Amino acid sequence: MKLALAGVSHHTAPVELRERVAIDAEAAGALARDLASSDESYEVVVLSTCNRTEVYVASRGGDAAGAAEGALLTLAGDHADTLAPVAYRLADESAALHLFRVAAGLDSLIPGEGEILGQVRDAFEGGAAGPLLDRTFRMALHAGRRARLETAVGESPASVPAAAAALAQQVFDGLDGRCVVLVGAGRTSEVTARNLRSRGATVSAVVNRTVDRAERLAASFGARAVPLDDVAAALASADVVVSSTSAPGFVLTADVLAAALRARRGRPLLFVDLAVPRDVEPALAAIDGCFVYDVDDLEAVVAASLEGRRAEAVQAERIVAAEADRFRGWQASLAVVPAIASLRALAEQIRSSELARVEGKLPENERAVVDTVTAQIVNKLLHLPTVRMKEAAVSPDGLVYADVVRHLFGLAEDDGT
Amino acid sequence: MAELLVWPALLAYGEAAVAYAGGLRGPGRYGRLGIWGVRIGWLAQTALLVAQLATTEGFPWGTWAGALNLFSWLVVTGYLLWGSNPRYRLLGLGVMPVAAVLLTLAWAGGGTGVDASVGAGWALDLHVGLMLAAFASFTVAAAVAGLYLFEERRLKRRDARLLRLRLPSLEALDRLAARVALVGLGLLSAGIVVGLTRLDAADVDLAMTITLGVWVLYAVTLLLRWETALQGRRLAWSLLAGLALVSVVLPLTHFAS
Repeated sequence: MKLALAGVSHHTAPVELRERVAIDAEAAGALARDLASSDESYEVVVLSTCNRTEVYVASRGGDAAGAAEGALLTLAGDHADTLAPVAYRLADESAALHLFRVAAGLDSLIPGEGEILGQVRDAFEGGAAGPLLDRTFRMALHAGRRARLETAVGESPASVPAAAAALAQQVFDGLDGRCVVLVGAGRTSEVTARNLRSRGATVSAVVNRTVDRAERLAASFGARAVPLDDVAAALASADVVVSSTSAPGFVLTADVLAAALRARRGRPLLFVDLAVPRDVEPALAAIDGCFVYDVDDLEAVVAASLEGRRAEAVQAERIVAAEADRFRGWQASLAVVPAIASLRALAEQIRSSELARVEGKLPENERAVVDTVTAQIVNKLLHLPTVRMKEAAVSPDGLVYADVVRHLFGLAEDDGT
Repeated sequence: MAELLVWPALLAYGEAAVAYAGGLRGPGRYGRLGIWGVRIGWLAQTALLVAQLATTEGFPWGTWAGALNLFSWLVVTGYLLWGSNPRYRLLGLGVMPVAAVLLTLAWAGGGTGVDASVGAGWALDLHVGLMLAAFASFTVAAAVAGLYLFEERRLKRRDARLLRLRLPSLEALDRLAARVALVGLGLLSAGIVVGLTRLDAADVDLAMTITLGVWVLYAVTLLLRWETALQGRRLAWSLLAGLALVSVVLPLTHFAS
């Protein structure tokens, strides 16, 4: 049974090429099923994300590598000639290890990013997996889950909006129902607000010098528009303030807000200042319960997170390598399966023929006892050789055991007896 | 023989403290090793306490060393109840070394033996047990409050590594500290009521006065917590002040005998 992979990723191909072979999950599933139906020995899974398109083919006897590469180049259409030099082709253990690393997020642009595990699962479920790919993808998903569970490779935020949301979660016990106030109706604060909203927060007000502009953004969040002069009142119920105006100086100052903030009696308020020049006066951080993060602070948090992810990735690589070893052992054991099956078939054939010779000479109850006892003898006799052959299969000369068994018992190469 | 149980308990608590220190580098097996150390140590110490109870007449923890033994067990019990999950591993780093030191002192003072008994009637024994449980709760509450102040300081200072060593949110810590202190106040109230049943007017002394002072401090703190807005750093500092008072009361009232 051969496993082959052909693909392109952000490591090998620019976006102009990757987009030529990028397809959605539904099309990837359809492609996998089409290819699998072209040869009944093929198992196919197609993984296509914004960073990679990979075709996994497993086959007994067929040209798995050729099929995988052919499918990829067909996807590229007129650009096949340009794509071919940057495509990677991997086989067996290398292909499996690659898939394990992909599932763990170790091959991603941002180490440990979480989305890829779900994309691998979707590709697997939408594809045409058989015994080999089923086991390979299940082990890859297991490796991906272990890497995330046992290390912090996927824990820290990798973007400024995600860092702002993660910081808010360090202040508040969950963001469900938390009030977010946007100061400034710019694109940056909108993206950050959407990130917070995706975690359960509610945008309650959009404060802007120009109320018309605030109203447009407020409508998209179901919030109210507030003129800048009323910002102190708007903050009374706020938990997170995201600010990104283009004002030349501080918009939220201690002078303007001190009374309103003191009235909160220490109730936490997180200021996320994404503006340059800054909107939030740093002196606000001195007020009890107020936390002020500007864009440099957030970028420092992201940088530290990415550094942490890279450090954790070393540990995650070890987990993936261990899982790849398990896969190698399992795949090697497959090589001796035909010999084991043949041996068991031979034993069963002998047992059945010997039983047939005493057919009619024994009472029914005694024949049943003999049937059971002989089956147990066969099983017990063959148990240890079966285990030993599977264990030995992992070693470099492990297949010699299978050959010896075939020779000693006169077994044919595949399934003969 | 039962006294030998102090060693596995001490070893496990020590292992937990070391594992929690290792866990500062990140999540994973260190945190789990720490939690298992706490669990195993707690089981060993529980077995020790049961053996003491079964083999001695009266109250086995009436001496200062015996009371330390029970107190350290109560502190670890409080931690196991409220804080033994990976997010709270720093709390374990604060609690477990203290528990190990207290247990060592208890052992050195003979409080882990099976023949140290100073029984004085069930009411007084119950009073001592309730007071120790209350003080243990206040100790855990103060540890949580300390964790709150640590996390708040990191947020205020905009520590870039804040998310690499994630702690529970400020709100969660604030709520947990208040909840544990409330349990402690309930136990303290019960302990005082039981103690009052045996009290003569002439028995009132400084220790009892300070104990009542502790009760008033915690009651007022928690009342303000719910009625107004004594939360966050103010609550945390109040709980730490309460612990300071407790650490005066504890030797005076229970360890002086």
